[in-house]
Amino acid sequence: MKEKVMEILKELRPDVDFESSQTLIDDGILDSFDLVSLIGELTDAFGVDISFDDIEPENFNSADQIAALVKRLEDED
Amino acid sequence: MITNVLEYLENSAAKYPEKTAFADPASHCSYQEALQASRSIGSALLPFGQRRRPAAVLIDRDVCSVLAFFGIVFSGNFYVPVDPKLPAERIRQILKTLEPFCILGSEKQLSALTSSLGETGNYPLLSIETALQTEPDEAALEKIRKTHLDTDPLYTIFTSGSTGVPKGVVITHRSVIDLVEQFAVAFDFQSEEVFAGQAPFDFDVSVKDIYNVIRNGCTLEILPQSFFVMPKKLLAYLKERQVTTLIWAVSALSVLATLKVLDKGVEAPLRKILFSGEVMPMKVLSYWRKHLPEAMYVNLYGPTEITCNCTYYIVDREFTELETLPIGKPFPNTEILLLTEKRTEAAPGETGEICVRGTSLAPGYYNNPENTEKAFIQNPLNPYFPEKLYCTGDMGWFDKDGLLHFASRRDSQIKHMGHRIELGEIETVLQSLPFVENGCCIYDTAAGKIVLFYQSRENEDKSILQGLQKHLPKYMCPNRLIHFDRIPMNSHGKIDRARLKREFLTGGETL
Repeated sequence: MKEKVMEILKELRPDVDFESSQTLIDDGILDSFDLVSLIGELTDAFGVDISFDDIEPENFNSADQIAALVKRLEDED
Repeated sequence: MITNVLEYLENSAAKYPEKTAFADPASHCSYQEALQASRSIGSALLPFGQRRRPAAVLIDRDVCSVLAFFGIVFSGNFYVPVDPKLPAERIRQILKTLEPFCILGSEKQLSALTSSLGETGNYPLLSIETALQTEPDEAALEKIRKTHLDTDPLYTIFTSGSTGVPKGVVITHRSVIDLVEQFAVAFDFQSEEVFAGQAPFDFDVSVKDIYNVIRNGCTLEILPQSFFVMPKKLLAYLKERQVTTLIWAVSALSVLATLKVLDKGVEAPLRKILFSGEVMPMKVLSYWRKHLPEAMYVNLYGPTEITCNCTYYIVDREFTELETLPIGKPFPNTEILLLTEKRTEAAPGETGEICVRGTSLAPGYYNNPENTEKAFIQNPLNPYFPEKLYCTGDMGWFDKDGLLHFASRRDSQIKHMGHRIELGEIETVLQSLPFVENGCCIYDTAAGKIVLFYQSRENEDKSILQGLQKHLPKYMCPNRLIHFDRIPMNSHGKIDRARLKREFLTGGETL
């Protein structure tokens, strides 16, 4: 799953180093339009429902956190 | 009669000296403080001895930027907001067009600018921190006011230009005064209102925040960009600051709808929601109306060249998902003419180019007579005396109720994430990259993506993005790149855009 998340991220912003960045939200590397596109892509790819409560910096600051969020939502289903 | 926007600031400072005029999460200032600070900055600019000349401001989303704007106006000059996060190459282009007599910014911003521009950035700098310490020279400021005209420029905002050079739209005091006087009546703005500013200051949506606020003695809460990726903070802030009024880009309202920000209810007393920038998706409007049914919703339309907006439509009925909102009727003191290709008036119901007449018109583009002549033309319906029209490049039609509807663009200008973009500007930079043999950009309207097609020996996706980012703001960079060893050409020896659209764009097969 991490690979698929990475693929989505790289497609979204080929200019960002998602392997190392831990501050995607905190440092404004992803803007609101990126976030909206990302949520759309994750929803389509994994069939998860990302709700308002999930949209917290600690769920989106790194590729690992994003993968963990998707996993948690999948497990809840 | 008001002839200078500073009178709004002075009048509100006399009426509500202690009231907060401008605030951001970290700072705030009252009307009295705003006036004092602006006079200090204005006085710090007096030694330059300039009148009606541009001063650039390195903007941030904070109170200081607004104070710098007013300071420049006090000095008898006009301000040009510049986002220091733009690529150095683009800042260089803007400064070259502008030749500002001074660049204002925080000490930190100025030193960052100096190191990124290098020797080419040889413009006088003034730190806002220093300027704020200056003792106001009331007599000198007063003298400047006596020779002010309402036709003098207030600000210049840069927009995308198809030849690869951004165009600086010059806007006068008179036009902004007309704008806020009309807004106050049309939308019944009162001093109790609290505006939340979403638009950055180099985007003219923010002009409406600043001047509607000072005209009516309201408060402007300047929102940090980060709130739009941390919607919980945004919601809490709107509540804490008791925000009543939003004048936002459609794209920002769309972001919040997609992030389902209103799902848990809204505790801020939001009453007026005005939007502009692109066509409002009906499902976004429905979402907002569902969660805030009592608020007034207003669709605003207009390009920067006619001072923000020339028409408005107050949403007064339900719309189905298949309908689009009208852009409505012109504000008083503004006329909309629809012109055909032959520059005659379109017949009733016929689609024509939306052309604007009135006091809201910019005098033109700064230091750019060619583009000015193209866009600001003699009214072809009036051969008798000089009278300008601004041709928007937008096509529209009037319905039987006299409401104007947007139809399409007549050129390759697009609206993407609320920004006005000339695809030609991206193509100019693309063609300048040494490893690119040929290429073009097409907007995938259905997907909301800028798609870049290019021909080169190898896949250069990453290098192209890096190359473009040196010249263009991020919102102008393509969302999808498609590499060809040989890009499809048509029989005229041009890139076959029709085929690319058909084969690569969303829903392309139906085009």
